[in-house]
Amino acid sequence: MAKMTGAQALLESLKREKVEVMFGISGGALLPIHDVLCDSEIRHILARHEQGAAHMADGYARASGTAGVCMATSGPGATNIVTGLANAYLDSSPVIALTGQVPTYSANTSYMIGRDAFQEADIIGITTPITKYNVQVKHASEIPNAVKSAFYIATTGRPGPALVDLPKDTQTVKAEMDFSDNVQIRGYKPNTDPHPLQIKKAVNLLLNAERPMVLAGGGVNLSGASPELLQIAELLMMPVATTFMGKSCFPENHPLSMGNIGMHGTMLANKMILEADVLLAVGTRFQDRSTGTLNGFCPDAKIIHIDVDAAEIGKNVDVEVPIVGDAKPTLTMINQRLVKKVKKQKNGPWVKQVQAAKEKYLSELDLGSGDLTSPKLLKELRRLLPEQAIIATEVGQNQMWAALHFQTIKPRTFISSGGLGTMGFGFPAAIGAKVACPECPVVDIAGDGSFRMTEQELGTSVTEDIPVIVIVLNNSMLGMVAQWQRLFYQKRYAAVKLGNVPDFAKLAQAYGAEGVHIESLTEFSAVIKNALKTEVTTVIDVPISPDDDVFPMVPPGKGLKDTVGGL
Amino acid sequence: MDQKYVHIISTIVEHKPGVLYTVSNLFRRRGFNIDSISVGSTEESGIARMTIMVTGDNRTIEQVIKQLNKLIDVLKVTRLDPENIVTRELALIKVTATSTKARSDIINYADIFRARVVDVCTESLMMEITGTSDKIDAFITLMKPFGVKEVARTGITSLSRGPKSVKIDE
Ligand SMILES: Cc1ncc(C[n+]2csc(CCOP(=O)(O)OP(=O)(O)O)c2C)c(N)n1
Repeated sequence: MAKMTGAQALLESLKREKVEVMFGISGGALLPIHDVLCDSEIRHILARHEQGAAHMADGYARASGTAGVCMATSGPGATNIVTGLANAYLDSSPVIALTGQVPTYSANTSYMIGRDAFQEADIIGITTPITKYNVQVKHASEIPNAVKSAFYIATTGRPGPALVDLPKDTQTVKAEMDFSDNVQIRGYKPNTDPHPLQIKKAVNLLLNAERPMVLAGGGVNLSGASPELLQIAELLMMPVATTFMGKSCFPENHPLSMGNIGMHGTMLANKMILEADVLLAVGTRFQDRSTGTLNGFCPDAKIIHIDVDAAEIGKNVDVEVPIVGDAKPTLTMINQRLVKKVKKQKNGPWVKQVQAAKEKYLSELDLGSGDLTSPKLLKELRRLLPEQAIIATEVGQNQMWAALHFQTIKPRTFISSGGLGTMGFGFPAAIGAKVACPECPVVDIAGDGSFRMTEQELGTSVTEDIPVIVIVLNNSMLGMVAQWQRLFYQKRYAAVKLGNVPDFAKLAQAYGAEGVHIESLTEFSAVIKNALKTEVTTVIDVPISPDDDVFPMVPPGKGLKDTVGGL
Repeated sequence: MDQKYVHIISTIVEHKPGVLYTVSNLFRRRGFNIDSISVGSTEESGIARMTIMVTGDNRTIEQVIKQLNKLIDVLKVTRLDPENIVTRELALIKVTATSTKARSDIINYADIFRARVVDVCTESLMMEITGTSDKIDAFITLMKPFGVKEVARTGITSLSRGPKSVKIDE
C-alpha cells in the first residue's frame, strides 16, 4: 500500500501495465493527470482531434497486439472518441480510453455529476453498448483496480475496448493505493481452452473430408495463430480463404491462399468456398459482408466453427462442430491430433482443381485499362515494400482495391475498419501502427473523401516525427457511393462530388510534410523509394478516374455464387 | 419466421448502478420487447436477481442469453422451464366503490381470489393480490365493471421448483 494522488496512481497503474505511449488531447478535467505525466516516462502523443487519438490507439493495438491507450477530457473530448470506440468494438480491438469527468462533488453542492455541469457528458451511458467494459471511478482508491480490470478485460478472451471515466477530484485526492496483482472480476471468466471432445470431432470431420477448406477470420490475427494455421493447411493441403478482417493472417503468396471472400472478395475465393464439403472456420463471425445471403452459402459444407466468443457460434450459420476456444490453443490441439493420424497430404484431385482455378483466376485478373489504375499501383507498391510493411486503409473503393490487390504476407500487416467502416480511420491508425513498429514502413491507402476526415493528423505526424506514407487515390468523389449510384441508381449522382480541393500536395507541404503529385507508375515508384529512404511523412496525390469501379462484387441481396466480374 | 414463445429468464447480477440499464438495453438492441422485469436483492448481499419475461423466437433468445452472459456485471443467466417453476406477481388495484352493493360484491370477489383489501374510503377500495399473471388478469377483468381507477403490477418473479438453486459458478 502506498499513499498518493489518484493521478499518480493512474500513471503508476499504466506503468505496471507496461504502457509506453498514449494518444490524446488534454483539457480541464485532465489537468491533474497531465501534471503528473510531465514527470512520467510514458510518452504522450498530442493528437489534433480525439477521434484521431482513439484511432491511433486502435492502430497501435492492431499492429502491436497489445492494448492501445487514448485519453480525452470530459464532455466534448469524451464524445469525440465515441466513433473510435465503436470502431474498436466491432473489430475486437483492445483500446483503452481514459476520460476526464467533472468532479463528483464541488464546493457549493454535495454532488456535481448528474447536474449538467460545464463539459459534463454521460460517457458511461453513451459508451455502454460500444465497449466491452466501462467504469466510472467514484473514489481515488478505486483507480488501480479500475485500470487493472480495464486492461485485463480489454485484452483477454475476445478483445474489445474499455473505458475508465475519471472525475477530476478522484485525480487529486490522496488515498492508500493497492496495486496488488490479482484482479477479481466474478462476472468475467473468459474460456479460452477448447473442449477435447470437440477437437476429436473436428479432426474426424477433417480427416474424412474430400474438399476441405479453411475460412480464417480476424480472430486468427488477434490470437496470433498464423503459424498453427499454416501448419494445418499444409498438412492437409487445405486451401485458405480469409474474411476481410482475416486478411494477412495467411501469406497471400502461398499456393494455398485464395484471398478474401465476401462482397469484394476474389472471384477465386467466392467460388471455391462454395465447393467445400468441410469448412474449418476460425475466428470469424460470418458477417453478412463475408457470406452474402446465407441461403446458398457453402451449401454442401459441414462447418467446424472455432471462436473464443460463445455468442458467435450459431449466431448466423448452423454448425456441425462448435468449438469455443481461442484460435491458437485450439488449432494447436487439432494439429497435435492430426499429425498422429496422417502424413503430409499430397496433391489430390481437390488441390489440383483449386490450383487450376487459381491459375485461371490469375491469368484473367483485370487490373484496369490505362497505366495508372489503382490495382496496378497496389501491385507496384507490394513490389516496393518489404514484407513486414504495414498497410492501413481508409473506407470505400480504396479499401476494397487494397484488400483485393495488395498481397499481404506477414500477420497483422493489414489494418482496416472492417466492422464499422469508418472513413478517416486509416491515417491515424497508420500513425498508431508506426509508433508500435517504428522499424516498419507504414502506408495508408486513402480515398480523397476519407483523408479529408482526419487529414489534420498530419500535424501530429510531423511534429511528433512519426513518418507515414499516405497514398490518396484521388477521384474527387465519394467513390464507393458513386459506384453504387452508377450501378444501382441509374447514375443519378447525388452528394458525392467533392471537387478538386484541396490540393493534397500543397496541404501536406503546409503541414511541413512532403507532398507530391504524380502522373505515372514510374513517378510513383520513385516517390515511394524516396519516402522509404528519407523517413519523412509523405502524401502522394494520385489522380484516378472517377468512373472506375471495384470488381468483383456480390450485388446487395445476393449470394457468393452471384459474384460478378463487372456489371 | 420462427415461432414466438414466452420466455422467463432469471439473471443474477451485481447489485450496482447501471446494471438495469445495461441489461434492458441489450434486449432493446437485439429486438426484444421486455414484457416485464422485476429486480430485487437476493440471499447474498451485493447481488440482485432480475426476472425478465420476454416473447420471442428460440434462436433470438439463445443469442440474447449468450450476449447477457458476456456482460461483466451479469453473473449468471438461466432460462427457467415454465413447466417447473413457481411464478408470482403482485398487483395493487384501486376500484370505484360508492354503493354498498358494489362494495360487498367487490369484497366477495376479492375473497374468492384471496385478494386483501388494503385501503378503504367512501368512494373506492384498494386490493392487494398475489398470484400468477393469469390470475391477476382475471381478477382485473372482474373488477372492470365497477370502474378500475388505478392498477400497479410488479411484473413476475420466479424460482424453479425443487432443491436446486441458480448459483454463481465459482
Ligand atoms: C464516417 C463515414 N461516413 C460515411 C460513410 C459512407 N461511405 C462509405 S464509402 C464512402 C465514400 C468514400 O470516399 P473516398 O474516401 O473518397 O474513397 P473512394 O471510395 O473514392 O476510394 C462513404 C461516404 C462511411 N463509411 N463513413
